[in-house]
Amino acid sequence: MEEKVMEAVNAEENICVPENLIYQRPETLLDVPMHYCPGCAHGTVHKLIAEVIDELDIQGKTIGVAPVGCSVFAYQYLGVDFSEAAHGRASAVATGIKRVMPDKYVFSYQGDGDLAAIGTAETIHTCNRGENLLIIFINNGIYGMTGGQMAPTTLPNMKSTTSPYGRDVQTMGNPLVMTDLIKQLPSVYYITRQAVNTAGNVRKAKKAIKKGFQYQDLNKGTSFVEIVANCPSNWKMTPLQSNKFLEDQMFPYYPLGDIKVPEKEVK
Amino acid sequence: MAKVKGDVVIDIEVCKGCELCIVACPTDVLGKSKQVNNKGYQYIVKVKEECTGCESCALVCPDAAITVYRKKKQAV
Ligand SMILES: Cc1ncc(C[n+]2csc(CCOP(=O)(O)OP(=O)(O)O)c2C)c(N)n1
Ligand code: SF4
Ligand code: SF4
Repeated sequence: MEEKVMEAVNAEENICVPENLIYQRPETLLDVPMHYCPGCAHGTVHKLIAEVIDELDIQGKTIGVAPVGCSVFAYQYLGVDFSEAAHGRASAVATGIKRVMPDKYVFSYQGDGDLAAIGTAETIHTCNRGENLLIIFINNGIYGMTGGQMAPTTLPNMKSTTSPYGRDVQTMGNPLVMTDLIKQLPSVYYITRQAVNTAGNVRKAKKAIKKGFQYQDLNKGTSFVEIVANCPSNWKMTPLQSNKFLEDQMFPYYPLGDIKVPEKEVK
Repeated sequence: MAKVKGDVVIDIEVCKGCELCIVACPTDVLGKSKQVNNKGYQYIVKVKEECTGCESCALVCPDAAITVYRKKKQAV
């Protein structure tokens, strides 16, 4: 790419040659600028999905379902077939696609306003039916796209445009932990909660997404990968501050790690 | 013992200046440019030569703006 600028490369030797290449933008992540705010986890997770699709070499066999929310344009960034779904209905749409085309890899990509508010019923019933697909759940504790309204996942006392004094759990209830609801359903095969705020967490999140696709290949039923994410813009923070908030506030409420794992792991 | 040496190439037009890569780098190789790109973001530049090619910056970059190279060479 011509615009790519090679920054002040070591004067004596240029090691930026193809045989030394160890990390580059995945092919499935199309060469178009993403509209996400600086530092937003949506971009990182898109990138991981693209890397997994590249590694499994399933670009021509994957169908995504995009939600309503900030990631509504996911289909413009990932070079696989896509369907849009009405708000909250992505897992229901994914169900239809997978049942008609069981040999395809099908995933839904949904925010917390989408999956845990308006789409709660679809989410629970998809999991209860054990549909053989992957649900990727981006939990940033807020409605991003519409300007930072309170979500079912908003933390106690957390400010949002519709809870300007902080979420009052007396009137608004406690944050809804979706994984607590679905882990009781026997047909959900794999549930994990990850983050992409550090390099180590990015590596783990990628493994989780990869397992989700691999289990689908093995006909195992529903895989549910939650990513506890930041929303710097609506949290009214810089990207670095938002990652600090993730660690200090979000992770204690939404602890990272596997929640339900199959007895025998795929490698 | 093999000595590992790395380098990064930053696509400055894709970069949004979020700084996540700066804090991810264990050897403080990255910093912010005084210039802005066409979108108006202060993009990222290399400010040091200590890159080990660990990939951390590239992994956390939400916009996949960083390409990483690493060379293993025999110590003299
Ligand atoms: C049926 C319907 N109701 C409401 C909306 C308005 N709306 C658009 S996005 C959104 C919330 C999205 O929040 P979330 O799923 O958390 O995703 P984020 O933007 O944070 O990634 C809402 C309520 C809509 N588009 N359609
Ligand atoms: S509003 Fe929040 S969720 Fe939406 S792109 Fe910006 S940072 Fe990401
Ligand atoms: S993480 Fe990526 S987008 Fe953010 S400042 Fe670094 S290179 Fe730019």
